[in-house]
Amino acid sequence: MKKTEPARVMDEERLDQLQRDAFGYFVQAMNPVTGLVADTTRENSPCSIAVVGFALSVYPVAVARGWMPRADAVERSLKVLRFFRDSDQSGAPDATGYKGFYYHFLSMDTGARVWRSELSMVDTALLIAGALTAARYFTASTPAEIELRELVELLYRRIDWRWAQDERGVIRQGWKPECGFLHYVWQGYNEAIVLYVLALGSPTHPADGSGYEAWTVTYQWENVYDYDVLYAGPLFIHQFSHAWVDLRGIQDHFMREKRSDYFENSRRAIMVQRAYAQRNPNEFAGYDDCCWGLTACDGPNRDMPELAYRCDPRHRLLGYSARGVPFGPDDGTLSGWAVLASLPFAPEIVLRAADTMLERYPGMLSGGRYTSSFNPTLAPDAPRANYDTGSRSSGAWYSTGHFGLDQGILVMMIENHRTGLIWQLMRGCPYIVAGLRRAGFRGGWLS
Amino acid sequence: MNTNGAPRDAFERERLDNVRPPHWRNPQPARRYGLVIIGSGTAGQVAAYEAAALGARVALIEHGLFGGNCLNVGCVPSKSIIRTSRLYAEMRNAKQYGVQVPRDIRVDFAAVMRRMRGIRARISRDESVRRLVAANVDVFFGDARFSGTDTVTVDGTELRFRRALIATGARPDTPSIPGLAEAGYLTNETVFDLTEAPRRLLVIGGGPLGCEMAQAFCRLGVATIIAQERPLFLPREERDAAQILAESFARDGMEVRLNARAVGVRVEHEQKLVDLVTDGDTSTVAVDAILTGTGRVPNVDELNLEAAGVSYDNTIGVHVDDFLQTGNRRIYAAGDACLADKFNHTADASARVAVGNALLSGRQRVSALVIPWCTYTDPEIAHVGLYVRQALERRIPVKTFTIPMHDVDRAITDDDEMGFVKIHVRERTDRILGATIVARHAGEMINEITLAMVSGIGLETIARTMHSYGTPRPRGSNSQLTPSAARV
Repeated sequence: MKKTEPARVMDEERLDQLQRDAFGYFVQAMNPVTGLVADTTRENSPCSIAVVGFALSVYPVAVARGWMPRADAVERSLKVLRFFRDSDQSGAPDATGYKGFYYHFLSMDTGARVWRSELSMVDTALLIAGALTAARYFTASTPAEIELRELVELLYRRIDWRWAQDERGVIRQGWKPECGFLHYVWQGYNEAIVLYVLALGSPTHPADGSGYEAWTVTYQWENVYDYDVLYAGPLFIHQFSHAWVDLRGIQDHFMREKRSDYFENSRRAIMVQRAYAQRNPNEFAGYDDCCWGLTACDGPNRDMPELAYRCDPRHRLLGYSARGVPFGPDDGTLSGWAVLASLPFAPEIVLRAADTMLERYPGMLSGGRYTSSFNPTLAPDAPRANYDTGSRSSGAWYSTGHFGLDQGILVMMIENHRTGLIWQLMRGCPYIVAGLRRAGFRGGWLS
Repeated sequence: MNTNGAPRDAFERERLDNVRPPHWRNPQPARRYGLVIIGSGTAGQVAAYEAAALGARVALIEHGLFGGNCLNVGCVPSKSIIRTSRLYAEMRNAKQYGVQVPRDIRVDFAAVMRRMRGIRARISRDESVRRLVAANVDVFFGDARFSGTDTVTVDGTELRFRRALIATGARPDTPSIPGLAEAGYLTNETVFDLTEAPRRLLVIGGGPLGCEMAQAFCRLGVATIIAQERPLFLPREERDAAQILAESFARDGMEVRLNARAVGVRVEHEQKLVDLVTDGDTSTVAVDAILTGTGRVPNVDELNLEAAGVSYDNTIGVHVDDFLQTGNRRIYAAGDACLADKFNHTADASARVAVGNALLSGRQRVSALVIPWCTYTDPEIAHVGLYVRQALERRIPVKTFTIPMHDVDRAITDDDEMGFVKIHVRERTDRILGATIVARHAGEMINEITLAMVSGIGLETIARTMHSYGTPRPRGSNSQLTPSAARV
């Protein structure tokens, strides 16, 4: 197993800069008319409603850190909240939403559904979590901030969570006007805790409580590489719900039984990531205990034949895909942002890895901001020109442009590590508290 | 493409001579049989030998070929061509073993099928009519129908029985897709008759049969698409297992269509056009052949079971209790005709249970059987016992000990690192509840776990047991497997 020594630890100044640069995405990618935020910086990118949720969550961070005037943040938030309030909720193929939920991808200009995308339950939850964050932060008695809070209440209260539950109570993943509910169901641990908490905490259309248990019986508690962990392969799963919900020291029935909690579980998931990278079973370039980060991200794909020849033919290039450990899929692509977004769980390990990775592969930053991914195995022998969707230089293939989800989770998790701002805000949100309690969470700050 | 039966070569003549001897004449029936068995597949033959060995007067009725699915259109032919297809895949990947890849790898499909027929003929010797007759069993060919609560008629001849066993097996369940019948399609009952490979093949169904055959044909050079209506293959198996299989298929070059439902078939310009719907979006694939592998239905509807007072339905099959006894206390059932687990070895085991209960007034429960199973893809996917979900639904706390195959030396030396061993134990004990293995030889590896479960051997004992080098255990220390070590 490969182990790197010694490695540097990132300093506070650099951390601050990375957080601020990540926040800059949301300033750059917002539509000034609708307030919607683009999924990526790539040309013709639509809006992702989840990215809007992250935007609403990071505006308060920017205000608190003095990066954005409060009035500006409120105005941006109001703009997009008003848009959702007035949006077409008919469920038509070109509407914006239905039953209080929203289609995953929307036109940046009109807010109409694009790409025949699904009405997404989890992405709606991320949007609403962001809205509730804004409502918890902007608490002044000004007309604008009062309106903001009223809009958030309206949007949250009109979501019909129960409609989205199947006969066992499990919340479905999506719905389309063309075919109704999708076949996919949440199976195994994933990012859905925040979805269930919001669904269970609703004062108007709360989800039936049976769904949370029906979901958690699909969990797998595994001993992997000597770590007892609630298994999920991609790193983002161990981060997303934690961005909003302070899961430190509180336990649901499953975690009480395992004498653990979700925060500790994310720490162990990091250890499994490191152990996998040390083993590096596919012998990809770059992997070691200070270079890891397999998650859902962009990546080189099979449409880039000029890249494929560099890879072992047994390893497919996966494009945008959820990569994970220890069973894969893994095509040698890592995400620097996913490492740094793990900061609250294991600060020293994460800072050392993040710093080392940036030192080795500085091309993973573009304009000071993390690209979605890099792949050292596909490093060119010599620097080459950019390709359409990626470039190869500085010892790796690098994804081009930026993705909103990556930037949002990074800003939030760095902030939670530095000040706990988002966690503090959401600990005061009565809907989150009610939802956690209905899901069976006890102890810690919930006591 | 020839689908009008396998070529009548020497192999086929030998097999048919064994499983349906020409000019066969049914014997004069005995006044009354101790056991009449309907069906000569695995369950039927095992029951016949067992009952004859116990001294019972036994009659066995078969309407088609001796040996049932397994020998003729199931395990034997499928595993034969799977082996060859694996060899072709290894030839193409020879470079990874430091071997010069042959320049011109051309699949001789006719030779593949000829080998399969040879194997089938050879194994048919062990399942021949003559062998069973030599064991003192009266063999009748013809359609069996119950004519009363203790009588069954075969082509006009009535057989009386003290006990009867329904072991009629199952047949392919054909999906009702508009245009499919008109366009023509293959099932496991016809696919092994092919003598030429189709250029392009659509496999409908992502269960064990569909997955095995899709991968085999893909590796035999057929441009293969597999369409599975569910979001994952093998819906019964663990998510990670199904995902690894999907990845393996993609590496083989197979086109994987998950969450895709076939809704219509038409023929244009001598090709079959199949409409697939995924989340409301329709696409069309053009192929030369379609293989359906969407499950099996029990052969129970032609037996006039009403006359015998035996209840049944066309989904589950014959209704039996935990002792495999039907509503008519004289009549039992075994194998695919009555069990949800439609495996050859389950048919074998259930037949033994049924014979013991029927002839010896035994009280052995079929629910007590520990049943392993394996899907013979590459990697193989094997399972025994409970899944984690089943355990948690029963409120049994579970912990899973996971060994990725990339932590197993032998898997590394063999370049077979795709997969894992997951052993589920009751938490804070070493009692094994179940296991899933995804590995090149998972079907063999699962047997150690099955033996442990049947014998009440815990995981700690397995971990303490000396294994020859290269068996799946973590590098470093086998104490990693022990729950007590994990507690420390």
